[in-house]
Amino acid sequence: MRIWKFGNDIDTDAIIPGRFLVINDPAELAAHAFEGTRDEFAVEVRPGDVVVGGRNFGMGSSREHAPLALKGAGVRYVVAESFARIFYRNAVNIGLLPLATPSTAGFADGAAVSVDLAANTITVDRETYPLDPVPAFLQRIADAGGLVEYAKTLEEVNLCSTASQ
Amino acid sequence: MGSTLVEKVFSGRCGTDVRAGEVVMAPIDAAMIHDITGPLAIRTFREMGGERVHDPARVVMLFDHQVPADSIAAAENQAFMRGFAREQGIRNYDLREGVCHQVVLEKGHAAPGEIVIGSDSHTCMHGAAGAFATGVGSTDMGFALRFGALYFRVPETIRTIVRGAFQARVGPKDLILSIVGDIGADGATYKAVEFGGETVSGMEMPGRMTLCNMAIEMGAKVGIVPPDERTWSYIKPRRPGIAPFELASDPDATFAETRSYDASTLEPQVAVPHNVDNVVPVSKVAGTHVDQVFIGSCTNGRFEDLAEAAEVLGGRSFSNDVRVIVIPASREEYLKALRAGLVERFVEAGALVEAPCCGPCMGGAFGLIGPGEVSLSTSNRNFRGRQGSTEGKVYLSSAATAAASAITGMITDPREVQ
Repeated sequence: MRIWKFGNDIDTDAIIPGRFLVINDPAELAAHAFEGTRDEFAVEVRPGDVVVGGRNFGMGSSREHAPLALKGAGVRYVVAESFARIFYRNAVNIGLLPLATPSTAGFADGAAVSVDLAANTITVDRETYPLDPVPAFLQRIADAGGLVEYAKTLEEVNLCSTASQ
Repeated sequence: MGSTLVEKVFSGRCGTDVRAGEVVMAPIDAAMIHDITGPLAIRTFREMGGERVHDPARVVMLFDHQVPADSIAAAENQAFMRGFAREQGIRNYDLREGVCHQVVLEKGHAAPGEIVIGSDSHTCMHGAAGAFATGVGSTDMGFALRFGALYFRVPETIRTIVRGAFQARVGPKDLILSIVGDIGADGATYKAVEFGGETVSGMEMPGRMTLCNMAIEMGAKVGIVPPDERTWSYIKPRRPGIAPFELASDPDATFAETRSYDASTLEPQVAVPHNVDNVVPVSKVAGTHVDQVFIGSCTNGRFEDLAEAAEVLGGRSFSNDVRVIVIPASREEYLKALRAGLVERFVEAGALVEAPCCGPCMGGAFGLIGPGEVSLSTSNRNFRGRQGSTEGKVYLSSAATAAASAITGMITDPREVQ
């Protein structure tokens, strides 16, 4: 499993351009992931590969097609120093885990990578780094496998209930 | 301890004191879906076991990104949504009314103190009406359709205070570009941005919409203006029977930070490729050749924007070297422009005037740019590839700067067009 390294402020237009938003199927979206930005991604990405960004990964449009395209490509984790809000929630909701870590500066493109969720760490080229905790209310959704699976367990919601972060 | 405007919205809707940082399952007053993100939202609603939407009267459907359908796939998506609207008894404006955020406000679907979501990131624009409004993805929208509620982390607020009068041909778009440049593309992530000060209270609703629209370009969850007389006179005819009430941050509310801006010294601003926070005064990029100028979008496609563009244009023609595309943000704005003779003037001058829709802003329907081409646009995003080729460039400006540049064929300070 390898790292696909990107920089700061990766926007969702770069992940999946507007002209492909008529597509709703993850596998078909995956064929156009990063098209025009990094064309080899869609061809060479392998299941289990990890997308790594810097700050503010996933900024811009709310299009859920962006995390879906990555999930459709077999990506299980997106790792960045920080995430844009809507992308972060979308990724959790569809079961593509967004993982934050203090610095991705040393994570090289193509490096071997593994994630240990139990230990909450990421190992890149045999060096192990800590991951930030996921907010508790989102962790429950992540643990269920996404918001659809989580919602299936609910008959109705408890309006105005608060959840710990 | 006092509360912010946003804390008061959540407290008011939940009937209990809610504070920034808390996560709350809040009721949804209005939920908007459009042709791009709607099909996925409906699909997730079904996957969650949804049969009937929680409250069809609170759901707003319309098509604006690819209208009239520009492909068979787009036609299929829209037909799928029409069927869902009929089945569920949802109000569907279809392709008749215009760009989603403009239509939601025009039709009175957002009002002070309400919680509004849309499966589109620029839903933050409805904060101009004193609502808490934020963009969500399709799965969150599916959840809201199913349950009528959604988890929110109540955001802290960055307060901006703007003082001073704008110079001629400088306005709300220049101000928000300058604020985005100052706060940065992720400077307000997970926060609300409240716009206040004498310049904002003196601003009409269209200008406030422009400010709130671009809050997302700082990562913000919502841009919001405290409701005042201007807000209520906009809301009242759209919500018969609504009674105005006070809604503002308390003087002793806790803000994440407060930033002050002076509108009187502001020059026309331009966001240069390829980030919205890459903002410079127009003088820094004046003379840059442009191939296409787009005047429109939810950011700047209102009558006031078109009127200012027409004022700058005067009796001239647009440059033959520029493709000028003008798109009113809604049918209501289009009719105002028609009746005022603006459409005739733009067409005489050589522009293409299209029916209300997102147009070139979304880079998927029409008006795309090719490799090496430059677009100057009054919309809200200039990401690489946003309007077509990733080898093209997009600059963002006000309608005045866009009109001046469309006349000369290069980025031009509108104050220099006499």
